[in-house]
Amino acid sequence: MKVRVHVSLKPGVLDPQGRAIHHSLEGLGFTGVNDVRAGRLIELNVDDGTSDASLDEMCRKLLANMVIENYRVEKVAEVAA
Amino acid sequence: MSGLRAAVITFPGSNCDRDMADAIEKVSGTAPLRVWHGDADLPDRLDFIALPGGFSYGDYLRCGAIASRSPVMRAVVAAAERGVPVLGVCNGFQVLTESGLLPGALLRNSGIRFVCREVTLTVENTQSLFTAGYEAGQTIRLPVAHHDGNFYADEATLDRLEGEGRVALRYAEDVNGSARGIAGLLNGAGNVLGMMPHPERAIEDAHGGTAGRRLFESAIEGLVSA
Repeated sequence: MKVRVHVSLKPGVLDPQGRAIHHSLEGLGFTGVNDVRAGRLIELNVDDGTSDASLDEMCRKLLANMVIENYRVEKVAEVAA
Repeated sequence: MSGLRAAVITFPGSNCDRDMADAIEKVSGTAPLRVWHGDADLPDRLDFIALPGGFSYGDYLRCGAIASRSPVMRAVVAAAERGVPVLGVCNGFQVLTESGLLPGALLRNSGIRFVCREVTLTVENTQSLFTAGYEAGQTIRLPVAHHDGNFYADEATLDRLEGEGRVALRYAEDVNGSARGIAGLLNGAGNVLGMMPHPERAIEDAHGGTAGRRLFESAIEGLVSA
C-alpha cells in the first residue's frame, strides 16, 4: 500500500523558505501569488494491513515535529496494470 | 580537577565533537569519553554529557531529528532525567528539542542565510550549573555558526519559560529571528542546557575570545564541589 504523508508548517510558524520562493516567483514576473508555504512530502510503501493508528504514530514520533508541523496521511490507490 | 567522567556523543555528521572534547579536557584536565551514536548504553557513573554541533545525519528530515531517535539518545534522556548535566551546542541543541528534553523547536534562520560570526549575548540566568560563573546581565561574545537557530515555541510556552527563568542566554542583537532572542535554554530542573552559540570555540586566546571557558569551568567546578 502506498501512503503519502504531507507535512506542513503550522499556520503562524514563520516559513523563510516559502517566503524566498515567493520572492523568486515575483522576480520571474508572476503576479497574483499571495502567499507561499513550503512543506515536505514523504512517500511510504507499507504492508496492506498497516493500521491508521500505526501510520499516525509514525507521523507523531518521527515524520512530523508536532511543535511546529501538521501532517496529513493520504492513502494512494494502486493503479491497475 | 581530575577524575571528571564526561562523555561527548558523536553522531554521523557531528563536526564539533573534537572541539568539545578538547575544551572539556583543557578545562578539566581529563579527556572525556567518546561515545558513538549506535551505542545503546552510556558508560557508568557519568558526571557530564555533551552533545556537539554539526550536521548529524546530514540534517535529513529536520535538524537533529534522526539523531534524537538514535539508540544512545534513549540513554542520554534517561541520564538527564536522573539529573546528569547535559550540554547541547548548536546541532546538540536541536537534538535536545527533538528528543523532548527541551521544549520548542529550532527553525530555519529568519534571514534564510547561514550565520557564521561572533555575536553578543546577555547571560540571563546565573543559577544553573553552566552559567553560575557569569554575572546576571553580563554580556559576552561567542561565535555562532548555524542555518537553523531560530527558536520557536508558542506564546504561552514562551511566557512560561520566561516566568520560570529558563532562558539562560539571550541574543543582544538580531541574529536569526529567534523568539524573544532566545539563544540558550534550560530544562525545568536546570541540568540540561541547549544553546546555539559555541562556547567550545572560545576557551583560549588563540580562539579570539575566552568567554566560553567560564561555562565549562562553572560546570566542572560545580560538579567537583558537589
